[in-house]
Amino acid sequence: MDQFTLNLLVVGASFALYIGIAIWARAGTTSEFYAAGQGVNPVINGMATAADWMSAASFISMAGLIAFVGYNNSTFLMGWTGGYVLMAMLLAPYLRKFGKYTVPEFVGDRYYSTSARVVAVICLLVISITYVIGQMTGAGVAFSRFLEVSSTQGLLIASTVVFIYAVLGGMKGITYTQVAQYIVLIVAYTIPAVFISLQLTGNPIPGLGLFSTMPSTGEPLLVTLNGLLTDLGFNAYTTGSKPWLMALFTLSLMIGTAGLPHVIIRFFTVPKVADARWSAGWALVFISLLYLTAPAVGAMARLNIMTTMWPNGVEGEPVAQADLPNWFQTWSATGLLGVEDKNGDGLIQYYNENSPAMQEMAAARGWTGNELVRFNQDILVLANPEIAQLPGWVIALIAAGGLAAALSTAAGLLLAISSAISHDLIKSVFNPNISEKAELFWARVSMAFAIALATYLGIKPPGFAAQVVALAFGLAAATLFPTLMMGIFSKRMNAPGATLGMVAGLVVTCAYLFTYLGFAFIPGTNLLANNADNWLFGIPPTHFGPIGALINFAVAYAVSSVTAPPPKHIQDLVESVRIPRGAGAALAK
Amino acid sequence: MAENNNAYWSANIRLVTICLVIWALCSYGFAILLRPMLSGIAVGGTDLGFWFAQQGSILVFLALIFFYAWRMNKLDKEFGVDEQ
Repeated sequence: MDQFTLNLLVVGASFALYIGIAIWARAGTTSEFYAAGQGVNPVINGMATAADWMSAASFISMAGLIAFVGYNNSTFLMGWTGGYVLMAMLLAPYLRKFGKYTVPEFVGDRYYSTSARVVAVICLLVISITYVIGQMTGAGVAFSRFLEVSSTQGLLIASTVVFIYAVLGGMKGITYTQVAQYIVLIVAYTIPAVFISLQLTGNPIPGLGLFSTMPSTGEPLLVTLNGLLTDLGFNAYTTGSKPWLMALFTLSLMIGTAGLPHVIIRFFTVPKVADARWSAGWALVFISLLYLTAPAVGAMARLNIMTTMWPNGVEGEPVAQADLPNWFQTWSATGLLGVEDKNGDGLIQYYNENSPAMQEMAAARGWTGNELVRFNQDILVLANPEIAQLPGWVIALIAAGGLAAALSTAAGLLLAISSAISHDLIKSVFNPNISEKAELFWARVSMAFAIALATYLGIKPPGFAAQVVALAFGLAAATLFPTLMMGIFSKRMNAPGATLGMVAGLVVTCAYLFTYLGFAFIPGTNLLANNADNWLFGIPPTHFGPIGALINFAVAYAVSSVTAPPPKHIQDLVESVRIPRGAGAALAK
Repeated sequence: MAENNNAYWSANIRLVTICLVIWALCSYGFAILLRPMLSGIAVGGTDLGFWFAQQGSILVFLALIFFYAWRMNKLDKEFGVDEQ
């Protein structure tokens, strides 16, 4: 059987599974559509949250980001996991106690204000729509690479599958498909990593292999890797720079993670407050299985690349163009990887051509520049099975895993978008008397609309795909996280304070991002060039989340201190979300 | 009743504060800003700070969340505010 048929079979089987689950778990009530009937087991919810959270970026890109930068990009590892500590202690249990369906609903009730609720809906839509674009394009790319269709066709297939299970099943269908998707993606990610770790270090657990000694050199893997890199003029893998910026970026990712509505609403689906606490822990367990493997995949892949390019060591001759391994040839065909024999010696010299020491060595050895001219970071995970010389079904599994990661996150985002439209806008702002059955119908219509929008934006991405994640995290950190946290931890916080705080966080963060990245990210409309000389206090736009959050907190406290405190029944509401007792009663009404 | 609830809430705030201090110390501290101080401690070919950045802090986060959940569920019962 050829690779294409195998890919088709494995991906097709995984899709059939998702649709089967959707038919089994279809939603009959709004409670099931928005919150899976609040009856999801905490461990199952943890697994669904892990799939909801780990996107194409975690699955495909993260190991590559770490591989080519090393220590400094540990920010992604800590940032995308540390947010769960904030979620577990500052948000999830109290919001579960509140016992409603959406994030704007909490904001609207807690701040007794429809305008606060509408501002929260706007923040939610901006965050989730920008985030979903990346997932849809990711799914399209995975399709086009493994299934030999154009990325537009791939995107349409992906949308159809999501349409079937999200419109039919709502949160209930999404929850159980996410569980299946988690299993597919974690198996796909782990198998090649285990084999590569075994080959290099003899240790089957990649996370331990990373810190093990390599039998082939007799020294620790990281020492060998550092040696090869510095000999070729690259930065050592384990050294870092600019610690304060690293800390700020980590903080931005952590607060952003805790403020993402599609993750928060997953904790509305468990039966009890105590379950919400456990569930955050289980979510992190399942996320860690990938996040503890990813840095090992990164370092080992980097080492494999170095030894592939320099099979005789740095002092010896580099690899001949004709001797490049098979996976190198396959991926060159996609244009994501490229070599160019600049000095015409039939050999491929890979080194850092910007390092002065290397330029001297290059002159002495007759090199005329780095000849590994292109190496897309996303290849690392996708080509891992080929690098480890694993059979074809593992390659097919990686295709299914990448799609599972993209689709599970897309579905979670689409639910957050559609419930904000049907529950927070249609039901509460436009037509409060709508019947349960009609609301469920509109929830499905909103979902279909959200999928159509996401598909359109995936086909015609507005040219800012790379920046959207920064925007989503920055805005989540600057808007929803502070507002939710103050709603629980400050009884004195009132409607004008919270609303203006959110608006300030939203406006200032957008203004800062647009100044350097262009108005609405349209290239060429930026006021200042995006470089360190122009940044306010040297803060890059991607790191702005915590500053936006600080502004939100400051404005909210200033405004609320000069306006009237919230009415008694709101203070009682705050008292009640702080206490677990009575969560069952909230469910009954 | 109100007094009991306030005591419960203060106990929660205390616990959250302790957990978040450890959270910050391991990630922002050991893994990033205090890494030079720990550079003498070797771990698998590199130093302790690198280990914290790539693995240690994630393990600490896990321990913190489970500890918090366990401790809070116990406090719920002690203060009689658990779900029945």
